[in-house]
Amino acid sequence: MHEMNQLSTFWFWVAGAAKVIGVFTVVMLAVAYMTLAERRVSGFIQDRLGPNRVGPFGLLQPIADAVKNLIKEETMPGTSAKFYFVLGPMLAIMPAVVTFAVIPIAAPLPTPVGTVDMIVADVPIGILYILALSSLAVYGIVLSGWASNNKYAFLGGLRASAQMISYEVALGLSVIAVLLLAGNLTLTEMVWQQQQMKLWFVFPLSLAFIFFVISALAETNRLPFDMPEAESELITGYHTEYSAMKFSMFFIAEYSHVLTASALMATLFFGGWDIPVWTGDDMFWHEGALIRGFDEAGAPIAATPSVLITLLTLGAFSAKTAFFVLLYIWIRWTLPRFRYDQVMHLGWKVLLPAALGYIVLIAGTMLVLDQLGVPFGFRYGLILTGVSGVTTVAFLFFVDRDRVIGGAHGQGSVARIRARASASS
Amino acid sequence: MAISVKVMRRPEPGRTSYMRATLKGMSLTFKHLVRLKKVTLEYPEDQPDLHPRWRGTHRMEVHADGRPKCVACGLCPTVCPANCIRLVGGEDDQGNRYPIVYEIDEFRCIFCGMCQEVCPVEAIHVGQHFENAEYTRDRFVYDLDRLMEQDHPTTLLWDPSDPRSE
Repeated sequence: MHEMNQLSTFWFWVAGAAKVIGVFTVVMLAVAYMTLAERRVSGFIQDRLGPNRVGPFGLLQPIADAVKNLIKEETMPGTSAKFYFVLGPMLAIMPAVVTFAVIPIAAPLPTPVGTVDMIVADVPIGILYILALSSLAVYGIVLSGWASNNKYAFLGGLRASAQMISYEVALGLSVIAVLLLAGNLTLTEMVWQQQQMKLWFVFPLSLAFIFFVISALAETNRLPFDMPEAESELITGYHTEYSAMKFSMFFIAEYSHVLTASALMATLFFGGWDIPVWTGDDMFWHEGALIRGFDEAGAPIAATPSVLITLLTLGAFSAKTAFFVLLYIWIRWTLPRFRYDQVMHLGWKVLLPAALGYIVLIAGTMLVLDQLGVPFGFRYGLILTGVSGVTTVAFLFFVDRDRVIGGAHGQGSVARIRARASASS
Repeated sequence: MAISVKVMRRPEPGRTSYMRATLKGMSLTFKHLVRLKKVTLEYPEDQPDLHPRWRGTHRMEVHADGRPKCVACGLCPTVCPANCIRLVGGEDDQGNRYPIVYEIDEFRCIFCGMCQEVCPVEAIHVGQHFENAEYTRDRFVYDLDRLMEQDHPTTLLWDPSDPRSE
C-alpha cells in the first residue's frame, strides 16, 4: 500500500506544474476535437456524413483547420480601435481556459512521493471562482464588438452583455440549491457529498439541474441562445471583423466554455468522477488523511487510492462530460434561435422567479429534515428527490398548461384554412 | 408522383409549448443521428449512377479499320444551337466523303444531344462521361482524333414508344 501522505512543497510544485500543462493540453485537444464532433454530429443529424476526408474518419481535420487558421491573412479594419480589437480575443479566451482549473477530474493518484489530487487548484471558493471568471468572458465579447467599429458586431456585443448578465442570475440561483445541499463551495467536497449521499444531486435537485442546463446554454452563447452571433440577422455578431487566429480564439473560447459547462454539470449534478453504486472509489481528504467514509461509530475509514481507481474515475468523468458536450451539440442542431425578447422573457420572468421559489422550497425542506433529525444520507436524498420531483412535474405542467403543439403534423386542407382565416378576420 | 402543396397550420400565439416541442424535436433529430442511411455520395470512390439518357462528353464512332464513321454531311454543325461544331468535309478517290477537320468546342456545347439525333450514320454521340478537367482552355476543343479516342458509353436516344424510359 502506498504512502497516503500529502505532498512536500517541492513535489507539490512539480505536480502542480505537470497538472497545469496536462489539463491545458487535454482541454485544448478536447476543444479541437469538439469542433470535429460538432461538424460530424450535425452532418449525421442532417443525414450527411460531415468532414471525413482528412485522415481516418476525418480525425486530422482539426489539425488541418489549425494550420489553415495560423497561415491565413489577418485582417484589421482601418477604423477599428486597434488596441481593444487585439485585446478582445485575448479576454475572451482567457477566462474560458482557466475555469477548468477548479474542476476535479479523477480520484487522487498515489505516487511514490505522495498522493496527488487530480485537480489543478483545489481552491476553497471553487464555484465562486467559476462564476466570477465565466462572467468575465463577456468583456472580451463586448470589447471586440465595440472595437470592430461595425454595427453588426456592436449589436452582437450588446446582446451578449445583456444576455449573459441575465442568465448569470438564473445560473447562480440554480447553483445555490446545490450549495445548500453540499454545504460547501469546493467542487471536490461536492463530489464527496454526492458519494456520501449515494445519490447524485440531479435527483434531489432535478429542477435546479434543468435551470442550470438552460442557463448554461445561454451563458455559453450556444443555440438556441446564440443571440450574439445570430448569423441570419447579425452576420456573425461580435466576431464579424475577425479573421485567422483571432477568429479561431473566439472559437476556442466558445468550445472551452462548452467543455467547462459540461464538466460543471457532470460535477455538480452527476457526481463528478464518482462511479455510480460502487463505493470503493469514494475518496476525500479528512483531517490530513485520505478517507473513503465513516463507520457506524463515526470513525473514518482509510481509503486505498490506486492508479486503476484514478483511471476508472477519470473515464467516468470523461464519459459524463462527453455526454453533456453531445447534448449541447444535439440541442444546437435541433432548436431554432429564439427571438431576443423571448430570451429575455425566459431569463427574467420564468427562470428567475422559479429558481428563487425553488431555493426557498429546498431550503425549507432541508430545514424540516434537519429539525426532524434525519441524517444526511440516502434517505435524506430520497425525501428531497420526492419533493423535487413533484415540484419539477408541477413546474413543467404549469409552463406547458393548456398549450398545444402544432406544426408539420397539424396541416389541413387549404380551403379549410382559408375559411378559418377569413372567419377570424 | 404528383407534387402537392403542403400547408402548415400554425398554432395560435400563446398556445405553443416549447417544452414538449423541444423534446419532440430532439427525438426527431436523434432518430436521424443514429440512422445509418445518409444521402451523401462519397464521389471519387463512389460514382453516381448516370441515367441512360444522361448526356456528356462527345465521342466519334469508328469503323473496324479505324476510319471515322462520319461522312461529313454537315447536318450536325447546321443543327447545333450553340454553333460549337466546326466541320470541313473532303472527298476521296472513290467519292466517299470524310471529315478533314472535325472539332467540337466542349465549352460552347450545351449538351442538347441534337448532333447525335440528327446524325444519319450514327457517327457522333454524346456520352456518359463528365470528368474532363484540363489545365488549359484550348484543351477543351476536341479534335477528330480526340473524339475517336473517347471510349465511354454513349447516350441512349429518346424512344418515342417509351417516352419516360421505363
